Amino acid sequence: MSIAPPLVIANGRLVLPEGEPAKGSVRCEGGRIAAIGDIAPEPGDAVVDANGALIAPGLVDLGVFAIDKPAFHFGGITRAALMPDQSPPLDFPARVRFAAQSGKPDFWVHPLAAATVALGGEQLAEIALMLDAGARGVATGRRWVADSGTMLRIMQYAAMLGLPVVSHAEDGGLSGHAVATAGEMATRLGLPSAPAEAEALAVARDIALAEMSGARLHFRQVTTGAALALVRAAKARGVPVTAGVTPAHFMLSDLALADFRTFMRMSPPLRPESDRKAVLEAVADGTIDVISSGHDPRGPEDKRLPFADAEPGMAGAETLLPLTLNLVRDGVIDMTRAFDLLAGRPAAILDVKAGKLAVGAEADIALVDPDQPWIVDSDKMAAAAGNTPFDKQPVQGRVLALFKGGAQVWAKKKAPA
Amino acid sequence: MTSLVASYPAGSAAFPHRGLVGIAGLAPHEILFLLEEAEQWVKLNRLPQKHDNRLAGLTIINAFFENSTRTLLSFEIAGKRLGADVVNMQAAQSSIKKGETLIDTAMTLNAMHADAIVIRHGSSGAVQLIADKVSCPVLNAGDGQHEHPTQALLDALTIRHAKKEFNGLKVTICGDILHSRVARSNVLCLTALGAEVRLCAPPALMPAEVEQMKVAPFLDFDAALEDADVVMMLRLQMERMQGQFIPSPREYHHLYGLTPERLAKAKPDALVMHPGPMNRGVEIDSNVADMADRSLITRQVEMGVAIRMACLDVLTRKVRGVEGWT
Repeated sequence: MSIAPPLVIANGRLVLPEGEPAKGSVRCEGGRIAAIGDIAPEPGDAVVDANGALIAPGLVDLGVFAIDKPAFHFGGITRAALMPDQSPPLDFPARVRFAAQSGKPDFWVHPLAAATVALGGEQLAEIALMLDAGARGVATGRRWVADSGTMLRIMQYAAMLGLPVVSHAEDGGLSGHAVATAGEMATRLGLPSAPAEAEALAVARDIALAEMSGARLHFRQVTTGAALALVRAAKARGVPVTAGVTPAHFMLSDLALADFRTFMRMSPPLRPESDRKAVLEAVADGTIDVISSGHDPRGPEDKRLPFADAEPGMAGAETLLPLTLNLVRDGVIDMTRAFDLLAGRPAAILDVKAGKLAVGAEADIALVDPDQPWIVDSDKMAAAAGNTPFDKQPVQGRVLALFKGGAQVWAKKKAPA
Repeated sequence: MTSLVASYPAGSAAFPHRGLVGIAGLAPHEILFLLEEAEQWVKLNRLPQKHDNRLAGLTIINAFFENSTRTLLSFEIAGKRLGADVVNMQAAQSSIKKGETLIDTAMTLNAMHADAIVIRHGSSGAVQLIADKVSCPVLNAGDGQHEHPTQALLDALTIRHAKKEFNGLKVTICGDILHSRVARSNVLCLTALGAEVRLCAPPALMPAEVEQMKVAPFLDFDAALEDADVVMMLRLQMERMQGQFIPSPREYHHLYGLTPERLAKAKPDALVMHPGPMNRGVEIDSNVADMADRSLITRQVEMGVAIRMACLDVLTRKVRGVEGWT
């Protein structure tokens, strides 16, 4: 792709890494951000008038299960870290290389290499070769590596290579074939369930292994109060551990499982209300570093099944930003921190030069109207499938235009006059 | 026996549900209405000529995606005694094995213009899923670990025949509560009718936060039996266990087997029930199961046919154009 001509996005409110959004413009040149602030276009620059909208970094979605460009663009996402849970899994350098190229030029995919062959949890995959092929991290997939010795060696190896280890925090022995969290809802519905402590056990072990190995450890989702307390304590003593969550776990509790709605089938499963509140607290106090979509579009063949037989996951790319903006409106976090959770921190974990408005960073930029109301509709989604648990829910916050490497790649369709 | 409710609303107001997916969602008077309706079939079934023609011309499909002998037979007999054309579809012979989805199978049954579909499935919520997709009444004959409403109704009918009142009746349900849809439906049904329900199981087989269902959980069987009016035993559902839940059947019997000595801890006239199939010598001793004056186990089977006749009759009244049923 030819490098985009110089572009100035003017007259917006800049979401910078620090401070309140402030009036200003941003100039992109050579695919990167060249200047920020009170700047005037140079002769020959293309100019986009932001019209007072937020000029924000493009979202960096840490941990998606499918590359679904229309949904990502709709959601203001310019980069995504792809989980290795693909068919076949990303456990082989050629597959990683293919995945890394699959979105370019208008979307960048950062593959997470499978930690073990076929995600089987036993034999180490060729992590260094996959790093050369473009992997930005090592992940266990939606699985628990049961053997602690194997997990330690994965972490030691990743630490040597400087890659973060993305772990799935559910102790497999406790979780078994569970599809719900043990509690009143699972009991009433007769669903196979596992105690919420399965997460804390997994988090405790992996933190201990991270301390031993020096690996950077990222939990894609931490969803229970007990596990969040462990992450909080580990951070306090300087362990390089980070935690993520998806909006489902701060918006919904397991009460949503009533009527066996398979769009509510998640991995990890939805938790009781007390855990949902603990997640909100952890977002507020900085224990949670990343909010990601977990985007996993699933059609009727995977979802129109009895609850326990359905695949887990939700199409989350389009609702990631507006649901996170709920937290801003509710005063849990401010706008700056919202974009740090959605872009800045995940980019730092993946060690990519993006995710923030800074001179020299990749010019991945979203124009956002944070207040624009719209209604989620599973029948009209940009995603490959409409499996959203937020169907028919009114939300606020829309991406108006999206720029990748200084070139416009997407714009919201104008409403018919 | 006198009716427990003076009178029921006329027509479908007495039972305003399209199908029977679970006891959850039924009001106590709706449960009692079904029990009341079953009484005529209890009587009929004891006659040599046990036939009624009211469902003549209707097609009832028993779609059983999980193995069953007694429930399938009971539904089949119930439908036939009411004059319906009854067709049984068992999973072993179905295209489920060929990869067809449950919904596609359901739509196929629907396209054959069934007037009622009776479904058993191994997955919780599967019956609800089908009920939402087909146009005829759906009866749940057991879905996973969720509900088995006709079992709870037949158990309630059996108890009602033996005891005068549900109010304050102490019912102890002991066994594999975790995996039991019978336990869940019975808890909902008996608590709705005013009984005091105790659940007894080892910790591994007791569901989490079960006390939220207005029952008292017990680990100690002797304590759970004290002063009980009815003792309902459940079998160990080995086929649903992933991993080991108890050390051995012998040890299980040691702690939770209903022996004559244990039964003596309950009220002197306490009755023994079991939804079957029984594992004699594990959860129940033969000399308890066969106590003529105390065991209601064969009575339960008898009531099962009557209850299923009542359910099929009530749920097809709309399609048969019975006055007041809309």
